Amino acid sequence: MKLLLELRDQGRGKDMQAVVEQIPYMRFLGISVDRKGNEITTIMPFRQQLIGNVMLPALHGGAIGAFLEVTSVIQLLFDTACERLPKTIDVSIDYLRSGRPQTTYGRAIVTRHGRRVANVRSEIWQDERSKPIAVSHGHYLLTPF
Amino acid sequence: MEPIDDHLSQIPHAAAIGMTLIQHDDNGCVVKIPYADHLVGDPDTGVVHGGAITALLDNTCGMAVRIPGVAREDVMMATLDLRIDYMAPAEPHQDILAHAVCYKRTRNIAFVRATAYQSTPDDPIATCVASFMFTGTAEGGFSGVETTP
Repeated sequence: MKLLLELRDQGRGKDMQAVVEQIPYMRFLGISVDRKGNEITTIMPFRQQLIGNVMLPALHGGAIGAFLEVTSVIQLLFDTACERLPKTIDVSIDYLRSGRPQTTYGRAIVTRHGRRVANVRSEIWQDERSKPIAVSHGHYLLTPF
Repeated sequence: MEPIDDHLSQIPHAAAIGMTLIQHDDNGCVVKIPYADHLVGDPDTGVVHGGAITALLDNTCGMAVRIPGVAREDVMMATLDLRIDYMAPAEPHQDILAHAVCYKRTRNIAFVRATAYQSTPDDPIATCVASFMFTGTAEGGFSGVETTP
């Protein structure tokens, strides 16, 4: 199966919800995508298996990192038609606030887009966009059509 | 290597990913995740998603900060930052292991590095550096390195 090729051939190259639904790990995290025009917001509703600290309680740093990564990749795929999923080269995550057991939202910006490598910044928040719980920047290897 | 008794099963996200603690001593700690269908990030290749490796590295680094024998409730901490370099895709249908070493603990902060690998640590699929802040004890007191036995 060639996920991205199939979607393109069906005329759904910009359907990021279809991408997250077909990637098992994104389904496991429960991530969905909201599109308003050319703006993409990723959404990760709370579920118990995202918890990393039962006492606080707080989301697992790994779930936060994964959500940032998904947010970056989805934005990249939306901006650039790719033959294969971008490969993460490196990612640097700053944890700013503890993630509470509630829905988390994500937005990303492709800061630099080269032919083979893109640099992407992402931020995720809960109640207030101006109070991100974590931010990331990373490099991704691209396979454009 | 057999899993040893640990608290990973008490951490919902760690349990959902399938993490088991293999080793935890003065040389750091080793955590394993078995290959599983729900961890796949690329259905075309079956390669595990980077996010699962992020979670594994984050959790392994955090555990390496803990000194073996010190109660979990006595040291609370938060990840400050995590930087990961991905060297190679994880080979499908093979376990992924992470080995983390806390190379410096100060009163407030702990510094950790880690490697994720499959067959041998000499052939890493990802490496990472992380820093953690001590945030107190479950009772609300501050712990820092005062809990060092």
